[in-house]
Amino acid sequence: MDTAVTVKHLTVSYHNKPVLWDVNVDIPAGVMAGIVGPNGAGKSTFIKSLLGLVPPLSGSVRFHGQSYKAQRKRIGYVPQRSSVDWDFPTTVLDVVMMGLYGRLGWIKRPGRRERQESLEALDMVAMRDFAGRQISQLSGGQQQRVFLARALVQQADIYFLDEPMAGVDATTERAIIDILRRLRDAGKTLIVVHHDLQTVKTYFDWLLMLNVEVVASGPTPEVFTGHNLKRAYGGQIALLNENHQLQDGPDASGEPAVAAMGRAE
Amino acid sequence: MSWLTILGDYTFQNVVMGAALLGIISGTLGSFAVLRGQSLLGDAISHAALPGVCLGFIIAGSRHMGSIIVGAMITGGLAALLMLALTRMSRLKTDAALGTCLSLFFAVGVVLLTFIQGMNNASQGGLDAFLFGQAAATLRSDVWFMGGITLAALIMLAALWKQAKLVTFDPEFARSLGMPVTLIDVMLTTMITLAVVVGLQMVGVVLMAAMIVAPAVAARQWSRHLGGMVMIAALIGVISGVSGATISTLGRGLATGPLIILSASAIVLVSLAAAPGRGILWELVRLTRQRWTLHSNQILYVLYQTRLEQDENERSPWLGRSVFTVLALYRLKRQGLLTGSRPAAGRRQARQWRLTPDGVREAKQITARFNTP
Repeated sequence: MDTAVTVKHLTVSYHNKPVLWDVNVDIPAGVMAGIVGPNGAGKSTFIKSLLGLVPPLSGSVRFHGQSYKAQRKRIGYVPQRSSVDWDFPTTVLDVVMMGLYGRLGWIKRPGRRERQESLEALDMVAMRDFAGRQISQLSGGQQQRVFLARALVQQADIYFLDEPMAGVDATTERAIIDILRRLRDAGKTLIVVHHDLQTVKTYFDWLLMLNVEVVASGPTPEVFTGHNLKRAYGGQIALLNENHQLQDGPDASGEPAVAAMGRAE
Repeated sequence: MSWLTILGDYTFQNVVMGAALLGIISGTLGSFAVLRGQSLLGDAISHAALPGVCLGFIIAGSRHMGSIIVGAMITGGLAALLMLALTRMSRLKTDAALGTCLSLFFAVGVVLLTFIQGMNNASQGGLDAFLFGQAAATLRSDVWFMGGITLAALIMLAALWKQAKLVTFDPEFARSLGMPVTLIDVMLTTMITLAVVVGLQMVGVVLMAAMIVAPAVAARQWSRHLGGMVMIAALIGVISGVSGATISTLGRGLATGPLIILSASAIVLVSLAAAPGRGILWELVRLTRQRWTLHSNQILYVLYQTRLEQDENERSPWLGRSVFTVLALYRLKRQGLLTGSRPAAGRRQARQWRLTPDGVREAKQITARFNTP
């Protein structure tokens, strides 16, 4: 299988404390990959360092065999919703058009074509009616959809999403998952930081379990096991049903009976 | 003094033009400072500019605008860097680092100021005006200088508008697009520093921060787009500048700088209170209206439910005794949805409220609305 992202010996530290330690992982193309791990495991830092937002101490990252700079136009990013001030004076459509600023170069302003593409992206996330709305008036779920639309206009091949399901309503979560699945079916690679262990099995076909170091990576059924979860989460995990086998047995419901304590950073 | 003589007055012209230019540059760049969460940075930079002003004076030997501005930029920039270093390398939080830097540089500035005053240099006159500003000392050459800086800043901002906007709103996303975020950060901070320095002579180091923050905060209340906010902020800056300058000329002896700040603050107060959609008054009206509706609906609903559950003649259902409930009861009565009567004379008992047929109809609708999922 083609490899979308290759990470070799990635180490990142904040204030001389390692946040990520010697991460080696190959993420195949065309999968919906989840990144899970306890609080402070370095999940967000992992994708930020891949995108060059956090400088790594060492290591190399390749996208389809090339450097980030060479592949930048093929990479889309959805930051955490809470990373911006939603009282900023601007409209929904304007935020979505920001996704096209990279293509426009230094001086050119967004025009009719950019407007049209952005409206189409808003259509995909069912937010077209909100195009002229002030972003300060949006609910959490609507904010997340706007961020997703901003990444969709980028027309990328590899998408990085930082906790897109955090604090959104059930309808939005379903809508987001539907869109992500459609993108995957169209051959895109999706790399999603996720905190809700209940839904891991249903959402992701590939998994990276992280706790500073890589605990395990590979297809979800191989990685999402009780053994690995204990290694990653340690005491933070509550096994709701002691008898329940985490391995995907023939009679297993598919929903692992686990819940992580607390929320991701 | 008649209006014509004032308008023809050379000093007045300089002051008004200077104040207007100051309004434009501080309103425009202040918008970015406020949105980037750098409101207080302006305060630190303006206080830290004082030692630079003094050093510029000592080196140039006179009150020469160019050398003073360069000096102010250098010490202002140094203070900003020191603040950054303190927050990064020590355990100090941003506010503590800011307070430390601000007072350190300001103290050095005041010491230098007294040193210069002891030098007995004839040209020292007006240097202490940098503390609270001395608009009347504005020369025509100063106005040209301010105009040049304002124009340069506006052109730069217009050319890099979309970068400035995205870096202000979402720097991480901007970086992921490959924008040189650090460069644009430095550029914006430099321009904010320029705006502060330009205003020092008119408004003074102590009050200059208000000129950065006030027009932007007021403009945010009235605008829906970044472009609108910047333009309204510039306009508010001009209005406060010109009105402050005019008032100080009419009332002889009143300081121009503080009057400019007072005008800006008045506009801020009005904007915070009255701006449509965001103002406090607006919000109060909305809340009151919501509360009225809620109380009225609740009363009708409760009366209707008790009517369904028991003989309505038995007794009045329990209702809250807040002022709002009582007012709402009488309003509903006036609307003909309720009747209220005292049960028997002489006994101190509450009124018994009953729904009229109209009231029943209204209550049915409310019940239907409450019970639909």
